[in-house]
This record gives sequence, structure tokens and C-alpha cells, in this order.
Amino acid sequence: MRYSALRIAWEALTGHKGWTQAWRDPDPQPAYDYVIIGGGGHGLATAHYLAKVYGKARIAVLEKGWIGGGNVGRNTTIVRSNYLLPGNEPFYEFSLKLWEGLEQDLNYNAMVSQRGIMNLIHSDAQRDAFRRRGNAMILQGSDAELLTTDQVRKEAPFLNFDNARFPIKGALVHRRGGTVRHDAVAWGYARSADQHGVDIIQNCEVTGFRIEEGRIKAVETSRGYIGAGKVGVAVAGNSSRVMAKAGMRLPIESHVLQAFVSEGLKPVLPGVITFGAGHFYVSQSDKGGLVFGGDIDGYNSYAQRGNLPVVEDVAEGGMALMPMLGRARLLRMWGGIMDMSMDGSPFIDRTHIDGLFFNGGWCYGGFKATPASGYAFAHLLATDQPHETAQAYRLDRFLSGHMIDEKGVGAQPNLH
Amino acid sequence: MIIPHPLLGPRDAQEFTYLGDASLLDRPDPDAATAAEDFHAYAYLRDNPAGQHQELWFHEQGDRSWLVVTRDTTTHEILNAELARDVVLARRAAADKGADA
Amino acid sequence: MTQQNRLSGGQIDRSRTLDFTFDGKSYQGHPGDTLASALLANAVRLMGRSFKYHRPRGVISAGSEEPNALVELRTGARQEPNTRATVAELYDGLSAQSQNRWPSLAFDALGVNDLFSNFLTAGFYYKTFMWPRAFWEKVYEPIIRHAAGLGSLSMQADPDTYDKGFLHCDLLVIGAGPAGLAAALTAARSGARVILADEDFTLGGRLNAEVEEIDGQSGADWAAQAIAELQSLANVRLMRRTTVLGAFDHRVYGALERNADHFAAPASDLPRQTLWRIYARQSVLCAGATERQIAFQNNDRPGVMMAGALRAYANRWAVAAGQRVAVFTNNDNGHRTARDLVALGVDVVGVVDSRPSAPALGDYPLFTGAQVINTTGKLGLTGVTLRRADGGTEHLRCSALGVSGGWNPDVSLTCHQRGRPVWDDHIASFVPGGSLPQGMHVAGAAAGKFSTAAALQSGIDSAVAALATLGLSARPLPCPKAEDGAYDLVPLWYVAEGKGRKWLDLQNDVTVKDVKLAHQEGFRSVEHLKRYTTLGMATDQGKTSNLGGLAVMAEMTGQSIPETGTTIFRPPYTPVAMGALAGRSAGTDFKPTRRTPSHAWAEEQGAVFVEAGLWLRAQYFPRTGESHWRQTVDRETLAVRSSVGVCDVTTLGKVDVQGKDAAAFLNLIYANGFSKLPVGKCRYGLMLREDGIAKDDGTAARLAEDHFVVTTTTANAGPVYRHMEFVRQCLCPEMDVQLISTTDAWAQYAVAGPNARKLLQKLVDPEHDISNAAFPFMGCGEISICGGLRARLFRISFSGELAYEIAVPTRYGDALMRELMAQGAEFDVTPYGTEALGVLRIEKGHATANELNGQTSADHLGMGRMVSTKKDSIGAVLSRRDGLNAPDGLRLVGFEALDGNDLPAGSHLYAKTAPPTGASEGWLSSAAYSPHLGKSIALGFLSRGQDRLGETVTVANPLQGQSFTARVVSPHFIDPEGERLRA
Repeated sequence: MRYSALRIAWEALTGHKGWTQAWRDPDPQPAYDYVIIGGGGHGLATAHYLAKVYGKARIAVLEKGWIGGGNVGRNTTIVRSNYLLPGNEPFYEFSLKLWEGLEQDLNYNAMVSQRGIMNLIHSDAQRDAFRRRGNAMILQGSDAELLTTDQVRKEAPFLNFDNARFPIKGALVHRRGGTVRHDAVAWGYARSADQHGVDIIQNCEVTGFRIEEGRIKAVETSRGYIGAGKVGVAVAGNSSRVMAKAGMRLPIESHVLQAFVSEGLKPVLPGVITFGAGHFYVSQSDKGGLVFGGDIDGYNSYAQRGNLPVVEDVAEGGMALMPMLGRARLLRMWGGIMDMSMDGSPFIDRTHIDGLFFNGGWCYGGFKATPASGYAFAHLLATDQPHETAQAYRLDRFLSGHMIDEKGVGAQPNLH
Repeated sequence: MIIPHPLLGPRDAQEFTYLGDASLLDRPDPDAATAAEDFHAYAYLRDNPAGQHQELWFHEQGDRSWLVVTRDTTTHEILNAELARDVVLARRAAADKGADA
Repeated sequence: MTQQNRLSGGQIDRSRTLDFTFDGKSYQGHPGDTLASALLANAVRLMGRSFKYHRPRGVISAGSEEPNALVELRTGARQEPNTRATVAELYDGLSAQSQNRWPSLAFDALGVNDLFSNFLTAGFYYKTFMWPRAFWEKVYEPIIRHAAGLGSLSMQADPDTYDKGFLHCDLLVIGAGPAGLAAALTAARSGARVILADEDFTLGGRLNAEVEEIDGQSGADWAAQAIAELQSLANVRLMRRTTVLGAFDHRVYGALERNADHFAAPASDLPRQTLWRIYARQSVLCAGATERQIAFQNNDRPGVMMAGALRAYANRWAVAAGQRVAVFTNNDNGHRTARDLVALGVDVVGVVDSRPSAPALGDYPLFTGAQVINTTGKLGLTGVTLRRADGGTEHLRCSALGVSGGWNPDVSLTCHQRGRPVWDDHIASFVPGGSLPQGMHVAGAAAGKFSTAAALQSGIDSAVAALATLGLSARPLPCPKAEDGAYDLVPLWYVAEGKGRKWLDLQNDVTVKDVKLAHQEGFRSVEHLKRYTTLGMATDQGKTSNLGGLAVMAEMTGQSIPETGTTIFRPPYTPVAMGALAGRSAGTDFKPTRRTPSHAWAEEQGAVFVEAGLWLRAQYFPRTGESHWRQTVDRETLAVRSSVGVCDVTTLGKVDVQGKDAAAFLNLIYANGFSKLPVGKCRYGLMLREDGIAKDDGTAARLAEDHFVVTTTTANAGPVYRHMEFVRQCLCPEMDVQLISTTDAWAQYAVAGPNARKLLQKLVDPEHDISNAAFPFMGCGEISICGGLRARLFRISFSGELAYEIAVPTRYGDALMRELMAQGAEFDVTPYGTEALGVLRIEKGHATANELNGQTSADHLGMGRMVSTKKDSIGAVLSRRDGLNAPDGLRLVGFEALDGNDLPAGSHLYAKTAPPTGASEGWLSSAAYSPHLGKSIALGFLSRGQDRLGETVTVANPLQGQSFTARVVSPHFIDPEGERLRA
């Protein structure tokens, strides 16, 4: 079913009886040409592009629970293309361009909202580093502006300019950054993939791989044995667990990242603001809640929940930056499991097993990558070649010393 | 979280700094023929288990000892905490014994 | 007439009258009132508007779960949006405003949304606003955003302070109703350390809202007696107005105490709220239960509320929510409301009980087997229409309707870790399941034990069980005699009859029809349902709505409710002010400030300070007549090059390394060798991470065979020390070596310039020869100065000049700076700050944090040959990977501006022949104007830089619309042969 103004009017006047399921709920077939493991944003996007752009058929997405139940539904909804390194920036710029056309591509309003991202600057060294990044963004096709303190004050007069421990000395602004209604991304990709013939199979947990003579043959699942020509794994948060079933150890640790939302408030924030001297970033949702977050808890975890020290740390950052938040109330907090990679950058690559492909290591930044990750993964699955924007995301890059370390903190995942 | 420090008793985890998997205690032999691969695995590859995990915590706001903490990554339950130094010395002593025998 | 709905009795202090305003209109109430009870007493039913359709809404509860009656409390900087009127304690002068309405609560322009509700169904947004493409961001979204939100922030800084505290106890009892009081009494009498916390300002829980008796006295009196006893015990801490908001790992509970929210403003010595971290060995959760609704057409009119709330307002606050009251129930509990109201003289026009047969508890009209099918009224309820068992309809005129669909145990805190509630058919609700937070027990209504007697007994039992796990034996309290009535309920989630909207989530305007539509479109899992319809995402987090929605979905899928899903809860239990979570860490107290030993002196000189991590360092020392910072910095820089300058470098990290294996240890820590360093000498050390990337650099000075002093950069003082301890304890515990961080123990000054030695010679005690021969470049030693003060002297140079760093115990730092200035007067000694320090080191080509940025290897820094291949060191093996040593790799070089302009650090580099676009060939890492050379210079990384000296490159800074050219040169702009520093 296509969504259109006419359809909406008709349904409204006839009691909404005509709306059909957004995606089917099929039983698994005995075999598929392409099996995507993971019904999150990346897996669903992969299926969508594989079918729609690369014209492939006989595709299944296997999801152990309900689609969109992992990180695509538990993030702070920010999209941006403000990376420094040549291995990253073209990829994220490609992603942002896909976001910009997403609604038309999917016939689904995921509420892509480019209200801008402001990274605040608090020291000269930080300005130098941000200048390097801003220049890299522009030179690689994205957008960036360097604001003075006065310009920041004009755009965000509510920030703490006069009583700050770390005074605001400017900002790097990325106007095309913004937010997207996260759940709708999963649903939109699922609906489109489904319409292109992809079987989205929920409550189907992969329990093992059938590998013969170095080649993938099938996946074993809680709903039986499913033959597979090629298998793409996109299960961020659980990458190590799933790939261990294929005998692989990954350069990844799982960590918990908490996120927070306040009670609904009348509009306060124009776009996304990040504090440069503490762990705090914030935006305001279309419903009025302040959506904010900070640092990861810092210890390996699969528990999808964090602890008070980070909650307090984030609130401290918030109060240091926006003292008018004192009487706003934190409504809800939740945790997601992050694939923290060893250099803070992801993987989209083949494995040593023929036909088994891996997509993961997105750290806390996987949401913004969803379209490009799906596109590039579909490209790799369809053509056996890396997508031009994702060539650096190799699994063997640490062996050769080609790290993509934006923060420069080295092989310690909890620092990325 | 509360970490049961072997010398100081229960201490708030906030006093500690986390490093990661206790496999970082097993630094490979730099002179081995396979040193490049060994160090790659040592520095970059992780078991990352969902379940019991031996990991390194530094009591930075305390006595500055490194601990090996055994913790369940699915429940956060802590099952054991030892001084890293003791762990390493015990392992090496055991290895030496094995070598002698 | 004021307080026209006030009844007799209740727990309010009628001896005092409090004035307050709501939307500018004045009313009166009494101490003991909440804003909601006082408004109801004054016959105000309309208290808010819903989020989406702006429907008029009234208070439905008497507790913190309230979804409707949210107000902006107080004015000015203390304005507090979304405050639940049900828990806002009345104080004299209270001022509240309604929210999410314009221009007024009674007439709200956006009420027009309600007319379009056929369009604005669940999931509406996802299907539309896509045409034309550009309109979403330019037209639709701004409109949606403009209308978003509930209350408003003042946009002023919060003037109040918040505190944090830590508490420890054997038993934390959460909730002071019958179960909680019984648990606390049992534990307290056994001598255990007990904390009893309750969110209410009056302890006792439902005992204050009911007329049921305990041991022959009123429940409220029994509670008061219990509280008095607890109050008298030294081992008990009673915490009123304290919400336990989360159960975290390892028995840590977060709790928020509202110290001053019941005053217009906190007393000057009182924080507004305190965030407590409670370390509880055991806990008993006695959070009670929340009454649930039955959805039917127009069940959202102001005046429709929970039956238990209606009863609470009557019994505790002496308020009749209306003069004529009806009740709609599916269980015995609703009848108590009718009984109590009748007893207080309120006109109960009927009890509508959906069960085929039900016993009346008093003298009121009873309609069994009947259902309320609609309501009338606009801004307030005027009547209800019911379908009788015989099929006929009847209209009851009333201004309040109490609804009871049953009670849901408040399992919130049991879910905060891995707990998943389980279904209990008897009460048709979820009760706490397995996997409770460590050490948690659940008692009373929270455990599904709804009678007073069962609550008391389970409280006692839980306390005994909890203490037993601690090895403490508790004598069970003899269980008081109390009501032990059965809880008879026939589930009714919504009334089938009628095509109108039946409201489930009152704040977010989610109806039964929305849930059905979600089902129709395949959003059937609880998570999909919630996210698609926004059910349960309001400020009550679904306490009043989730189960109803789940029940509708279960009916659609033909599964049972527990098969359809469970409702789980996340922290916090109720929303928490950001200020409280931040505590004192706000404003300039966000982080501690570290000041150097010469700080006071530098302030006297009028220094400008700059943040360097937590440190404040003198950036430069402007003199009268200098109008631009560059003038000052140029002067300071030239002074060092021509005579002598002094800079406070105390912030550099210092680690004392001692022991027989100290040299061997440093050999492992640093890429270059240290075993052959003679006593009395310093050496530059490059430290790698194990991945082969440069971690830090500094000097190590060998003061004795078994004693080194290592310096680190300011930023890395902590991390490097931690790393060194890691290597020592985890990698080479056999070594005889000890470390101690001495950063704070020594004040250290750089004394640099051609006259540095002459100046120091005036201070150094004569027995120490610091002549060039006796104390050459890279010499070090323990000396004494100023007649016996012990000091350490290092002949190291960051500036390229003849230079020393001199260290004295921190407490002498201020005195030494003053002495250096006094003794240096004859050389026109110049204090210099971090800016000049930076210029000097760039001129000399020294790398610092901008170059050792965690992305660069020894090879990139031009120090590849320093990584010894003759010994093992951290990072050596992985530093040999191709990616870190590629022939076309980056190399640190110098740059000279060719256009007479500044070279902005952060600019990207391109070959002159290539268009400046795409991935660059490098970047400028540090830049400065060199007054010595009279031009702008920079350090930067350039692909194959070492082979390109003399080449002209493009310096692209499109961020600021700039593009320059620069010449690639050696990074050593000054004295490349090092003659000055050896002078």
C-alpha cells in the first residue's frame, strides 16, 4: 500500500478500515539467496537496498525478537556527517545524502529534520582540532561553519556564557546535521523491503552457522534450518556473540551507553548541541522531550542498563552548559549495548568464510550510518566488492596498521 | 557498582578506572617469530563474552592497585576480585613449575 | 464561596488558611492540602489539557502517577513545568499556572486538533507530510514543533542549590504504608539500621486515605503511632518526601529527597533537593498499587477520576470531588468509595458495577451487570450514561465519577535490573517476578497483597526474611488486627459499546481505537505498540495506561495478556530534576579548579589565565600599554631569546621511579633506551602505546642509580601514571620498582634564556657548581638553594635556549617565583605564560599534544629511529606495522607563510599542483607568529614531508574562506645545531 494524501483522507473518512499491515509476517522459506541476520536499522536497510537498488530477490531478514528493538530504537536520533578522517567522512556524507532523500525513497516519513549540530569549543587547542575537522568536512563534500562566541550567543543565548568553568569560545556548526525519528527508520525500511519481496522473519534467533569446506551453507535458527547463498551479519551489540558461532574473535567489546529523555517541554533548543568540556549532548524531540546523553558507562556489559555515576555525570554536564535545565525533569533513562570497536570505527567486510559477511563495530554512532551502512553492505553482498565509501572498514586493518581512530585514543574501546 | 577490593573491602566502582579484558596481562613474547600476529591478537581481539568476564580495574582514587575482577557482563554481578600482581605472579609460578616438571 | 467542596474531618490543619493562585485566580486551602486537593475543594475540576488534542482534563489520581493535572509551579527563575498538582504541597502564596494551552485553559485554540482527530490517529505522522518534499522541514515540522511539549522552562538559571549524599543501612524500606511500616517496625525493633523512605509528606500510605481500622484504631492513628516509635529509635532514619527512584547494581539505590519544595523558596542554608545514594544491604519494596481505569466513551472529562483517588480526597483531605458522585467499578474496591462518601454526606447517585452480582457496602443505588457507556459535559462532567443489565440506558447527573478497573501492583523498582513481572490471574495484573534486584523483597500491595492484614503480615515477613540473610534475627512484630477482605474482580478493560473515543493514555491521547489500528497495521509487540501509538510514553511512563493498552492488544491477537507482553519500567520511578542529579557540579563549580603555586603571584601581575584541563595556567602577562595579546606574547618570547624568562611548569606530570630495576622499567616504558643513562643526566623519552602510536613524551632524570624522576605532559599526568602502574603491576611484577605520582608535590619553573644560568647562580647555594662544565646540557641533580632549601635542577630546554627547570617542594613555589623575579631584576627577567611557551617550542620544533594527538607514530613525528630494536618496549612490535611506516606516510615538518598571513592550525595541505579538495596530504597542527623570525610559522604533518623541504604547498582553510601558500621547511626554525641550549 502506498501512502498518499488521498489515501489518508479516504481512510480518515472511512474509519481507517483500509490500512494494511506495514510488513508481512511470513514463515521462513527453506532457503534464500541472501540471509541478513539482524532486523535492526542496518539489517533492514541492507535488505531494502539489496532488493531495490541491486535488484536481488530471495532475501530474508532474521530477527531474534521484534524488528527495531535494538539500538535503532534506543538511540538519541542524531544524524550527521562531521567526521575528520578520510576513511570515514565520505561514508557519513553518503549516509547524510541518503537521509536527505529517505522519505521519498521509502514513502515513509521518518521525520528527517536538519536543524543543525553545534559542537561547542572551549579552548584554543580544541578550536585548532575543530578547524582541522571542519576543513576536512568541507573538503570532502560536507558542510561546516566556525562560529565565534558572539555568534554562538546569538544562536543559543540560553547557554552558560557568564558563569562557566570552561567558557564557550566558539563552535563548529554542521547545518545539515539533525535528528530523525528513530523507530520510523526501522519501520520504513522494513515496509519498503517487504514491499520489494523481502521476508522479514521475527522471533527467529540464529543459533549457529552451517559451514562446509570454508563456505557458508546455511544458518541454524530457533525456527529451523535455513539454507543461504550469502549471509550478512548486522547485529551490532551482539556481534561478538553471533560471530563466535562462526569461530571468529572480533576487535570489538560490548559496552553500555545510557540515554535520557526529559518530560515534554515547550520548544527550547533549535538543534543539537554538544558540550566540548564535558560529556553532554542534547536535542529536543518533535514531542518536546529533551533527548540527551553523554559518555558510555565504561565497562563491558550486555545488560542494557547503566548506573548512577554516568547519569550524574551527564546531568552535571547539562547543568554546567544550560543552567536553566535545573528544574526540567529527567523522565526516562535506558541503556543500549554498543559494539565498541578498537579504533572507534566500524567494519563492513567479508570474512575468511566464503559467503559470510560482517557489518558491525558501530560504537555509539551506528544510527546516523544506517542508510549508508545498509547501502554499502548490500553492495558488498551483491557484488563481492566493497562500496567506494566503505573501503577502509576492513576487519584486517589492525594487522596492517591502518586504524581509523578519530579520537586518537588507541585500542581501548571504552575511550572511543 | 561496588567492587570488593581484596585489601580495602567494598569500594564504589566510581573510585576505579576500567581498562578491559584481563587478557591484557598476557603480553606476548616480542621475540617470537609470530610476534606481529600475537601482538595483533593481544592488542585488538577480544572474546567479549556475555557472561563471566575477567577484567582489569585500577583503583585510581584509592590505593592505586590494579585488580582482576571477575564480573558477569549480563548481570553485572561480581564474583571475585584479586590483585593483578598476585594473579600474574601466581600464573608465572605455575608456569615455571610446569616447565620444571 | 470558598472551599465549597470541603467536607468534615481529614488530615488538614484548619487552624491555618493558605492563600494560593491558579491561573491568576485566588483560592484558599489549608496545611496538609496538595494543590490538587485544594483546587478540588474549591470546585476547580479543569486542571490541564492533553498533549495532542488539547482535550480538557481534570485530576484523576491522588498520587505521583497523575497524568493530567500538570502545572507550571512558581514563577520567575523558579518556574517548574509539569509539576503534578497531586503531589505539590500547598504553601502560602503558592502560584500555579496551567500549561499547554493558549490563550487560556478554558478556551484553548489548539483544541481545534480534536476536530481533526480522525486524521491524527496513531502513526499518522509517518504516512504524511511528505508532499511536497521540501514542506516537511519548512512548513509541517515547524508547526508541529511549535505546538509540542507540555510546560515551559523559565529559560533562566536555576537559582537553587542541590546536594548529594550517601547513606548506608541494613534495610531500606521503600514506602511507608501498612506493609512498609510493619517491615520497618520489625527491623527497627531488632536493632537493624533501617531507612524508611516515602515520597509523600505524610507517612502512612493508603492508611491515610481509608477508614479501615487497625487494632481497633483508625489506620491513620495506627500509622502515626508506628511513625512516632520509629522516630524515637536511633537506628532508624525516616525520610519523608523522599522518592526511591531507582534500584541500581550491587544494592545501590538512588533516592531524591525534596527538602524545600513545600516552601515558596528554600531557606538560604537549605538545598532544594538532595540526591541520596543509598547502599542498602537488603530492601523491602512496599510501593503499593496504582488503580487502573476502565476505558469508555469520553472517559476523559474533568470529574472522571479513579475511585480510590476520590476516596482519598474525601478521607484524607476532606474534599468531595463533586457534590453528586457516581462510581463505575468491576471490583469490590469501588464500593468503598461510595460507602465512605455516603458516610461523609456526599450524594452518591449510583454505583455501576459491571459484575452480574455485587454486594452493596452501604445505602446507595447499585446497578449490577451495568456499564458506563458515555459521559456528558464540556469542561467538566455533568453526567454519565449507563447501560443497565436489562439493556436499558439511564443517565445519572453527577459532577464526579470514580472509576475502578482494579489495582496494579507498583512493580517499577523490581524491573530496574533484570526483573520481569509475572501475571497473576487472581488480581488480573502483573506482580513482581523472579530476578529481583539483589537483596530486594516485596511486600504489601506491591506484591499483590491487597488487604490491610495481608500487607501488614507480608511486611513483617519480608523484614524477618531480609534480616535473616544478614544473619540478624528479628522478632516478628505481632501482626496487628486489620481488615482482611477478599479482592473480588472481574476484569473489564474497556466498554465495547459505542464508536466514540475511549481513552487509555490520557496525557498522550491514545484510545482503544489507536491500539486496534496498531494491531491492524502489524505493530503488535508491546514495544511496537508503545512506539507506534505513544501509549505509556507520557510523564507517568504508562503507570495509568500500559496494562489497558496491553489488554486491548491481547484481545485483538487472541492471546492472553502475559503472552502479549509485559509492562516493564525503567528508572527513574518518577521524573527527577536535572539540578538534583547534578548536585553542586554546576556553574563554575562544574569541575574542581587546580591552581599552580605561583597563581596568587601571577594574579598580582595581572596575568590572563587559561584552562588547561582542570588547571588554570597563566596564559600571558600583559603590561600597561600593550593593547593586543600578541604584543605581550611577542615581548615575552623575545625576552626569553634575549635575556631570561620564567614560566610555571608545575602542571607537568611527575612520577618518581625508584628501585633496583628502575632503569629496566623505564627501558620497557619508553621506546628509546634508558639503561645506560648516567646518574646526573636527563634524557628525552618517547612513550608509545602498545599499538605503536605515540602516547606521551617527557624527560627522565636519573638522580641516583636506582632513582629517576619522569615528567609527562600536563594532560597525560594521570593516564601516564596509570599506564606505568599497569606495566609495573600487570606486566612485570617481578621487577623491584616503585612509583609515586609527585605532580602535586613539587613546584617547578622553567628558567630559560641566555641569562638563565646567571640568574640561577644567584639562588643556588655555593656548594653546587652549575657552570656549563659542571652542569652541562641535560644535566640534573639534587641541590639546595637560598641557603638550604632542597631543590631539583634539570638542565632541559623546551625553548631551544640555555634553560633549566628548577623544582622545590610545592609550599615554597610562591616564594621561589618571587625570589626569581627579585634576583632577576638585573636581567630584566620576564615571566612568560603558556602562549609564549607555545611560540618558543614551535620555533624550536618541539612536538606537543597537538602533534602527539594519539593518531601519530614515532615515524610520523620524525622519531622513528628512536624506537629501539635492541630491546623490548611497549609498542615496539606494533609500531613496525606497514600502516605506521608507509613510505608515503606523514612526517612532521615546518612551514613558513609566504603571503605574509597567519597560518591557521587545522588547515589542510595540498600539493600546489593539485586542486585543494578531497582527502588532503596533511594538516597544520600548531601555528604561531614568530617574533624572532618575523613571520608566521607552523608545524604540521605532510605526506613524505621529509623529502619535500623547500616545496610550496597550498594551505586550505575553507572553513574560514582562506587559502594560502607556505614553504615546507625543517621543523627546527631556531638553532638547529643546538648551540644555544649547550651554551
